[in-house]
Amino acid sequence: MSEEEWLRQDRLPHIFCAGCGNGTVINCTLSAVEQIGWKKQDTVFVSGIGCSSRAPGYIAADSLHTTHGRALAFATGIKLANPALNVVVFTGDGDLAAIGGNHFIHACRRNIDITVVCMNNMIYGMTGGQGSPTTPAGGLSTTTPYGSEEPAFDLCVLASAAGANYVARWTSYHVRELTRAILTGLETPGFSFIESLVQCPTNYGRRNRFKQVTDQIEYFRSHTILVEKAGRMKEKGEEVPAGMILSGEFVRRNRPALGVRQ
Amino acid sequence: MQGNTACAEGAIAAGCRFFGGYPITPSTEVAEHMALRLPKTGGVFIQMEDEIAGIASVIGASWTGKKAMTATSGPGFSLMMENIGYAVMTETPCVIVNIQRGGPSTGQPTMSAQGDMLQCRFGSHGDYSVIALCPASVQEMFDLTVDAFNLAERFRVPVFLMADEIIGHMRERLIIPDSVVSGQRVPLEQGALPFRAGEDLVPGFPTFGMGYGVHVTGLTHDERGYPCATSPKLHEDLVKRLVSKIEGARDSIASYDMVNPEAETVFVSYGAPSRSVQQVLHDHPGDGIGHLRLKMVWPFAESLLSRFKNAETFIVPEQNLGQISREIERHVDGDVIPVPKLGGDLHTPDDLYRVLAEVR
Repeated sequence: MSEEEWLRQDRLPHIFCAGCGNGTVINCTLSAVEQIGWKKQDTVFVSGIGCSSRAPGYIAADSLHTTHGRALAFATGIKLANPALNVVVFTGDGDLAAIGGNHFIHACRRNIDITVVCMNNMIYGMTGGQGSPTTPAGGLSTTTPYGSEEPAFDLCVLASAAGANYVARWTSYHVRELTRAILTGLETPGFSFIESLVQCPTNYGRRNRFKQVTDQIEYFRSHTILVEKAGRMKEKGEEVPAGMILSGEFVRRNRPALGVRQ
Repeated sequence: MQGNTACAEGAIAAGCRFFGGYPITPSTEVAEHMALRLPKTGGVFIQMEDEIAGIASVIGASWTGKKAMTATSGPGFSLMMENIGYAVMTETPCVIVNIQRGGPSTGQPTMSAQGDMLQCRFGSHGDYSVIALCPASVQEMFDLTVDAFNLAERFRVPVFLMADEIIGHMRERLIIPDSVVSGQRVPLEQGALPFRAGEDLVPGFPTFGMGYGVHVTGLTHDERGYPCATSPKLHEDLVKRLVSKIEGARDSIASYDMVNPEAETVFVSYGAPSRSVQQVLHDHPGDGIGHLRLKMVWPFAESLLSRFKNAETFIVPEQNLGQISREIERHVDGDVIPVPKLGGDLHTPDDLYRVLAEVR
C-alpha cells in the first residue's frame, strides 16, 4: 500500500495506542482498495464513533466521520444518492453492534452495495475499556469488573442471517487472509461484511491476561479455526473446543442488491 | 391539494432529489408523495429503519451534492436531534419538515400543535442557530418548502419547515408556478481550505466524488476539516461563526406579513393560528388591529416588532403554552399577552377578539 498516495501525511502521527491492531486493518483495507484499482476521488470512507472510526480521518479521500452507531445510515444515503461512488465503512463492535445494531441488520437486509470493515476489539477502547456486545462471557472490563455475565454477539452469524452478500472473519494476525477477504468484499455487489478481531493492549489485553501485545496476537493465531473445518467436525459429531474463533468465509452469495452502479 | 402533498411538490420543484424518512402521523403524506414522485424525476426515495437513520441518510446524500429532505413529527423529531447537530457542525444543507402534533411523548398523533418551536431552535446539544419557516396555507406549504431549500443551500444549514397538523392536512387551492427560483450551494474552489469561510461566513461546498479529498467530522475541526477538539479558541471561533452566519442575516432574510403598522394592539402569529387572526381582521375592518405574521420564526428578527411604533400590547396566539411569546417578551417594552391553546383545536376568531376586547 502506498502511504504517500493513501494517507493524509499532515495528520500523522495518529491517535492509536502502541500495539493497537487497528493500523493493521487500515493497512489491509487500503491494500485491497489499491488492488481493486479504485481511485481516491471515486471512493468515500465513512465511520461512526470510536477508535476504529478514526480511520477515515487518516485516509486521503473524501471521508465522513459521523455520529455514534449511525455510519451505515449515512453511508446508505451516500451510496443511493450517487451509486458511482465506492463506499467503505469502518466501524467497531460498540459502534456497529450496540448503538448501531438496528442500522446493521437493515443495511444487511437491503444488501446495500457497500463494504463494511469492523475492527472488533471486544471493548470500548476510546472511552477507557467498558464492556461491549462482543466482550466474551467472563471478560473483564471497567463495567464488567466481575466478568461479563452476558453472551457475546456473533457478528458474522448476524450479518449472514440478515442478508449480506459476503461475510468473512479474520484477525489482525491474518493479514494476507484479511486483505484477500476485504478485496472479495469490495468486488462483491451488495453488502459485504468483514470482521477483524483486533488486539487492544491498553484496554482489553491488560485486563484479560494478555500481558504483552504479542500475547493476544498469538492467541488469535493459535485459536482460529476455519468455518469449514468447524462444520466438518460438527458433522462428525466432534465438539469444536470452547474459545475458538471461527474464521474464513461465512457467506458468499448473490442476492439482489441495492445501490449497485449501473 | 393537501398541505403535505403541496410540501412534497414544492420540494421537487426546488430540486430535491433525495428523501430518506420514516412514516409518522401526521406527516406521512409527505413521504408517500415523495415515494410516488421522486422515482419519476430521477430522484431517490428510501424508507429507513427509523428517524435517526432517515436524517442520517439525508445528510449522507447531501454530501454527494443532492438536495435532500426528510419529514417527521414530534417523536421522530426528538430522535433526529443528535444528527441535526451533526448537520449544523458539518454545515450540511438539508431540509427537515415537522408536521407538529400534540406532545409530549406519543401525545396526540392526529391533532395539531406548535409545541416543537423551541425544540427546533435548541433541541440538539451545544450552541447553534438554524432557520425555521412556518407556513399558514397550502400555498405556503409549497412556497416555503422552496424557500427552505434555497436557504439551506445558501447558508449550509438544516432548515426546518415547522408546519402543524392543521396546515399539513388542510386542503386548499394551490397554484404551482411554471418554474421556481432554485438556489445552489457555491462549490469550493479547488485547492481552498474546505472550512475557511469568506465574508458571508459560509465556506464553499466540497462535494464528495469531485476530487476534493475532504474530511468531514462532527468533532470540532480546523479550516482543513481536521479534528482539533481541545483548542478553546478554535472551538469558540467555529461555534461563533456557525451562529453568526445565521444570526447576522436575520433581518435580510426575514419573511413575514405586516398589517396596520400604526396599530396600538398587535397580533403576532405563525402557522395555523394566523388563520384565526386573519379572520378577526377581516371581521373588524377599520378597527386598527395590527398583525405580524411570521413566515420565518428562526432566526427571530426582533427588528420587525419595533416597526409597530405605537404598539402597547402584543397578543400571541400559539398552539402551545407560550413558546414564541417568550421570545417576543425579550424584545419589547409593551405588554405581551400569550394566548395558549392545547389539545388540537384552533383558537376561534371569537376567542381572539375577546382577548383583544379585554386588553383594550
